[in-house]
Amino acid sequence: MSQATLQIRRISGHAGPVPGAGVERAQQVCKLVDTTTCIGCKACEVACLEWNGYTFSDTVFDNTYQTMPETAWNYWNLIRFNEHERADGTLMLLMRKDQCMHCAEPGCLAACPADGAIVQYANGIVDFQQEYCIGCGYCVSGCPFNIPKFNSSTKKMFKCTLCADRVNEGLEPACIKACPTGCLHFGTKDDMKELAETRAQQLREHSDFEKAGVYDPAGVGGTGVIYVLHDASNPEAYGGLPRNPRIPWVVRLWKGPAKWIGNLAMLGGIIGVTLHYLRFGPKQVEDRREQKGGQT
Amino acid sequence: MSVSHVISTPRTTSDASGRILRYTLAERVNHWIAGVSYLYCLLTGLAFWSPNLFWMAVIVGGGPSARFWHPWFGLAFTASVLWMYKVWRSDMLTTDADRAWWKGVRYYIRNEDENLPPIGRFNYGQKLFFWLMFYGTILLLLSGVALWFVESIPWSLRWLRYLAVAVHVAVALATIGGFIIHVYMGTAMVRGGFTSIIRGEVSSAWARMHHRLWYEQVARKTSGQK
Repeated sequence: MSQATLQIRRISGHAGPVPGAGVERAQQVCKLVDTTTCIGCKACEVACLEWNGYTFSDTVFDNTYQTMPETAWNYWNLIRFNEHERADGTLMLLMRKDQCMHCAEPGCLAACPADGAIVQYANGIVDFQQEYCIGCGYCVSGCPFNIPKFNSSTKKMFKCTLCADRVNEGLEPACIKACPTGCLHFGTKDDMKELAETRAQQLREHSDFEKAGVYDPAGVGGTGVIYVLHDASNPEAYGGLPRNPRIPWVVRLWKGPAKWIGNLAMLGGIIGVTLHYLRFGPKQVEDRREQKGGQT
Repeated sequence: MSVSHVISTPRTTSDASGRILRYTLAERVNHWIAGVSYLYCLLTGLAFWSPNLFWMAVIVGGGPSARFWHPWFGLAFTASVLWMYKVWRSDMLTTDADRAWWKGVRYYIRNEDENLPPIGRFNYGQKLFFWLMFYGTILLLLSGVALWFVESIPWSLRWLRYLAVAVHVAVALATIGGFIIHVYMGTAMVRGGFTSIIRGEVSSAWARMHHRLWYEQVARKTSGQK
């Protein structure tokens, strides 16, 4: 795995093929978040800040257990809290670790215009390269999970790196290491998927969570962060987890057909005026008078 | 002709040499503020538009610098267009002469201008370009501000983020279409047009050929002054 993060699969804003893509098969890495055993202790938040060198941010009290409304450029990992009333009237305290989902088809990367500012490594980690980031914020519009955040002093975008620097050295991400309940797991996508399905089955068969399931949305090609949910039919209850996240159609249109239609239209305009000049030439006031005089 | 004289001279004058003032100094300066700021937004905007055109941001100082200045140059362009609106609005209203002229626009395209009816200070094509840029600028401003502060748009109103992308791209492309034609006509096609927006003056013959109603108006006023 140590070389895995050096193998690049996709590059944002890049004209032409990705150098060296696909020369080696790499394992997909994956984080598994079991929301059914999360106690909302926020040890993962602290570990994330500590490893990445940020300090704790001011909390915003909103009468619930949630410390702040959203992730921030210097706060990549946030427990989303929701008091959820079930159909039978009982109350559930839902906790979800919110961070970059490391989509297999990343909307941020599709929207990014800067060559090399966003890369997807062969192991599936989607990472921002701040030295190439131009701070345009297009990734904000491309992301279906509202994750990329802007640092207004450095004019760069930031988000969870899935601890690519740790993973590159064969370590698990910092949040995984800090979790005291074992609700966070890290490994290959296949292994995590199997573990998640086993846990979901256990919940369905040995508890009253008949709709327990795994969140690995197909609309973005699956994600590098998957959840076990008590109720997979209602992901929105977990702090607004989108039911069927996709790259917004405007972004797909913009970066797909619209680009070629627009480029052809601009080229057509330039060719058009050039042809006009070759066919009809300039309007010259004096010359035309002479021509007219010659004709009569 | 002193500088103060050029500034204070109304645009509808001609002097004994047969040169007619078509654009005042203020109009020319403003046109070039618009031109330079539009060109900067065009180069940097095209860089953000396509990886194959990213080199355009490199020639004006690199991606981060392009991203920083693009909205500010956009504001300068907006201010300039609003000033044009203030000064040229009344000249840009469609007249009966324009409608007649537009029916024969094919003669204009083929340089058979002798078949065209006379028109005022601006032809209908120029007026279309003016209104395209005016409404385009308003839409680019609104969508551009949304893109500038995209994170300030709450997640629940994220459709505004997508709308801003769509509007900014579509309107920018429309203005580029107008811009290509405007630059072609102003430099290569209509000889005398480019010098008029630099030095401000056109010959009487030029005014008679392209804007006869305007020319007659200017000639009347000038003879009235004498």
